[in-house]
Amino acid sequence: MAEVLVYVDHVDGAVRKPTLELLTLARRIGEPVAVALGAGAEATAAVLAEHGAVKVLTADAPEFADYLVVPKVDALQAAYEAVSPAAVLVPSSAEGKEIAARLAVRIGSGIITDAVDLEVGDEGPVATQAAFAASFTTKSRVSKGTPVITVKPNSAPVEAAPAAGAVEALAVTFGALATGTKVVSRTPRESTGRPELTEAAIVVSGGRGVNGAENFHIIEALADSLGAAVGASRAAVDAGWYPHSNQVGQTGKSVSPQLYIASGISGAIQHRAGMQTSKTIVAINKDAEAPIFDLVDYGVVGDLFAVVPQLTEEIQARKG
Amino acid sequence: MSLRIVVCVKYVPDATGDRHFADDLTVDRDDVDGLLSELDEYAVEQALQIAEDADDAEITVLTVGPEDAKDALRKALSMGADKAIHVEDDDLHGSDVMGTSLVLAKAIEKAGYDLVITGMASTDGTMGVLPAILAERLGVPQVTLLSEVKIEDGTVTGRRDGDSASEQLEASLPALVSVTDQSGEARYPSFKGIMAAKKKPVESWDLEELEIESDEVGLEGSWTAVDSAAQRPARTAGTIVKDEGEGGKQLAEFLAGQKFI
Repeated sequence: MAEVLVYVDHVDGAVRKPTLELLTLARRIGEPVAVALGAGAEATAAVLAEHGAVKVLTADAPEFADYLVVPKVDALQAAYEAVSPAAVLVPSSAEGKEIAARLAVRIGSGIITDAVDLEVGDEGPVATQAAFAASFTTKSRVSKGTPVITVKPNSAPVEAAPAAGAVEALAVTFGALATGTKVVSRTPRESTGRPELTEAAIVVSGGRGVNGAENFHIIEALADSLGAAVGASRAAVDAGWYPHSNQVGQTGKSVSPQLYIASGISGAIQHRAGMQTSKTIVAINKDAEAPIFDLVDYGVVGDLFAVVPQLTEEIQARKG
Repeated sequence: MSLRIVVCVKYVPDATGDRHFADDLTVDRDDVDGLLSELDEYAVEQALQIAEDADDAEITVLTVGPEDAKDALRKALSMGADKAIHVEDDDLHGSDVMGTSLVLAKAIEKAGYDLVITGMASTDGTMGVLPAILAERLGVPQVTLLSEVKIEDGTVTGRRDGDSASEQLEASLPALVSVTDQSGEARYPSFKGIMAAKKKPVESWDLEELEIESDEVGLEGSWTAVDSAAQRPARTAGTIVKDEGEGGKQLAEFLAGQKFI
């Protein structure tokens, strides 16, 4: 059976959920061979094996942390040359897309980004993507070289599928460009304890209607009652009420959770571009004409300052 | 010595228009107005600020696209860029990111550069991979997704705000930079700028001038193929209630019914 390279996104050995989802998709195409780089790479092997990795190629070197992207491309290319895979799958994070893109150029292959599903086709894997603010669904494939595909979080279930997961050291030679962009310093983002926005199963977002940074605690309280991530519209971010890292939309992050709750968000096309593929959409807005109501499964026309706290209270009461 | 800056911009269909695909599954440009991609305005703005801080700098804006794409160049020129290059060729129709990046790389090399600046992504394809591909093709450092950028003594420094950390980056010129919408509001063209733009040079290049074969680009030269594009079925109308004091509780009932609580 053909091997499929899966690039592992991990933090000091803790594998992030989108990588486990990739393993589910990779198994449809062939036998997953995982590539884990940097500090803690070997520690990823157990969980990768549990989810179907037949092999885990690992490498660690200071270059992975000290320089931007290119050392990881060198390593993924080394894995590609060692394995000759049928496809290369990478999580659709900002860094993942850059790694995949540079690899694709080097190996003379086409690239597909932000796939939301993958299936086996006669001429290789077929990727489903959302286009034009998710108003279209396209099916595409790579027609030249080995398909390099990045996949969005929440595109497949995480499934246990025990495999050997044998750890092998990957020999990497860094090229001249590897040390081109130095990471001078790195300041970790302060953890909120909430799930990562792009990976979360539930996202609760606030917009212009929240009317001030001091009111965002209402949105946060609802999010916490559901174990959700907090998002914000561009209007709320531009007004300085919430950090840009939480912006959902065309110029921010694209999310695709099981449940999306929009509070005080009118639903301009730019916002819809970032959330329209959410499975269930709920909105609370006092303007009955707001375009967001065209998308919803359930909408409440009302004042979010009354509706959201009542909802939070009711959720807590139901959870007992 | 003059700092040569090339800004890559894209002419995109207006997102507020009714965007759709043509019969050959490329983007239909006939029915929707085009404009300079909003995210590229930030790239032009950063180029202008860098040029203002430099002793001597020249900004060239570059686009690959059909005749109408000149509008995007005019906008950038009216903001303050010095000159423009338009790569236009019938054989370019339907190029994917690999074909487009090849053309851009050849044009950038022909134009001559110390610094290439792009937006973080286009607002139509939204792939966000072109900057990295371009850096790979040009063989220069990529300093991408910057919310702050500075050039000093042949070195580019910048801040990249990622999901888990904020990083301070540094590379020597020549280099490629991409900027996010957090890098600073783009200026509006002044009346004077608009008038001045009309006199600025716009060069037109075709594939032959860039020594690119027609089968390396366009639909035929694409390394990816779109097999189908279907309009998403309209969502079935949801339940909408007016809050009369129980809106939050009613919503909780719906969420419980969907097993979210």
